[in-house]
Amino acid sequence: MKKTVMEILKTEPLCENVFKSVFVGDTSGITNAGQFVNVSIKGLYLRRPISVCDLNGDELTLVYKVVGKGTDILSRAERGDKFDMLTGLGNGYDLSAAGDSPLLIGGGVGVPPLYLLAKRLSEKGIKISVALGFNRDKDVFFTKEFSDLGATVYLATADGSRGEKGFVTDVLPKDCSYFYACGPEPMLKAVYRATDSQGEFSFEERMGCGFGACMGCSCKTLTGSKRICKDGPVLKKGEILW
Amino acid sequence: MVNSDTKVDLCGITLDNPVIAASGTFGYGHEFAELFDINVLGAFSCKGTTLNARFGNPTPRIAECAAGMLNSVGLQNPGVNKVVSEELPKLKKVYRKKIMANVSGFSVDEYVKVSRVFDKEDIVGWLEINVSCPNVHGGGLSFGTDPTVAAKVTAAVKKATVKPVIIKFSPNVTDIVRIAKAVEDAGADGISLINTLVGMRIDLKTRKPVLKNVTGGLSGPAIFPVALNMVYKTSKAVGIPVVAMGGVSCAEDVIEMILAGATAVEVGAANLIDPFACKNIIENLPSVMEKYGVKSLKEIRGLS
Repeated sequence: MKKTVMEILKTEPLCENVFKSVFVGDTSGITNAGQFVNVSIKGLYLRRPISVCDLNGDELTLVYKVVGKGTDILSRAERGDKFDMLTGLGNGYDLSAAGDSPLLIGGGVGVPPLYLLAKRLSEKGIKISVALGFNRDKDVFFTKEFSDLGATVYLATADGSRGEKGFVTDVLPKDCSYFYACGPEPMLKAVYRATDSQGEFSFEERMGCGFGACMGCSCKTLTGSKRICKDGPVLKKGEILW
Repeated sequence: MVNSDTKVDLCGITLDNPVIAASGTFGYGHEFAELFDINVLGAFSCKGTTLNARFGNPTPRIAECAAGMLNSVGLQNPGVNKVVSEELPKLKKVYRKKIMANVSGFSVDEYVKVSRVFDKEDIVGWLEINVSCPNVHGGGLSFGTDPTVAAKVTAAVKKATVKPVIIKFSPNVTDIVRIAKAVEDAGADGISLINTLVGMRIDLKTRKPVLKNVTGGLSGPAIFPVALNMVYKTSKAVGIPVVAMGGVSCAEDVIEMILAGATAVEVGAANLIDPFACKNIIENLPSVMEKYGVKSLKEIRGLS
């Protein structure tokens, strides 16, 4: 973890209520795909935890949905605005478990952290598949970005307005060496039931500190209680109590 | 050249400075030791520890409010034996000062048993007894709300340890001064206050409380004036040291608490917002003292 101040380069809407902000600053605290940053927003007491979507040298990309005051303020920030952040929080994904045909499964705003994972896996020459689920056509983002990395993309929308009609679990390819899933908890549970493969899930919880001190975001697992912020947000399938 | 005396004496132990990281916001020190040398602290109070391991309350157990936060963590901890066998040895590698062992219990017997275990540990300088827990044998009311019950816990713990016993008060009471006098009479060596204030938030989208536990404890700058007033009233009524906490976020707050009568000051929620909060407060303290003409913290105690 590092505490640092990052400056906004640009913010652009990706689709309804979903924004992509690019920051510049010291990104050296971020050591793994699947980690998050905890962003201080002026006027609000608690920081806002947001997963790392992409890293390019000293540039950090966050993709987030506006769900309340904090993300609303962030989405309106202008070039040059500065944000105090705790960076490199959480464990991130276990890339060594990927095997030769990993599957990345994302739902809605659970998709962004999978992008850096996809990039890191493709850099290692691993052929990846990506299954994405959204509610409607106008919520869909990042399909092209994953294709550009060479990934095979499977897409589902709940109302059938794009891709297959249904949930992400309806478009999962039959075989994979390992899976990485991120999305709302009902989706993660559906994925847990739908696949026989081994894999891991990244979770979300309301956090106090984001670095393991307050015990605000604990959850029970087969290997004892874990803090989503510090021991997670990524948990292995084999340790989850569902 | 800044030449300010930040040293204070708390129940016979000298602190380099009055800043103590508060229980529940500093874990067992490890997360912070990765970031800075935690020996800069005056001391710290460890996570509230019970006899047996506790997971705590269901999540969500954090909510935000203006100038503060609510938590309903519910005393998650690995149990006193594991704290002593696993956490304290790890801590000793990075920390050479004394800690305040924060003790919680759901019966007088539990307070006594946990205190006995901590009593044997050299690294423990003081026992901080959290009497805000519900008394399971007393209808679930917190031990700290009734002067008689608070005195009973104090007397029982005093018999279980030779270390100074500091009773940590809940502010959710009608007359904090009566309780302070009762624990002083029962032999308490000090008092720390305030624990969090009870509060709640409701999510407009779900129309349900944000916290699964419905209520939680309010901390952060929002509660500073409430805490200051309770420290002011209590320290005038008792002769034992008062450790002040509640929304302390900067060196100025520390001086204000000492002027109100505090001997030392705990920093809580601020650690969660900025892990360097205590370090920054300690570093800023001498220059802020100089700014206000304070040569020694001991000399200004209770001067308001």
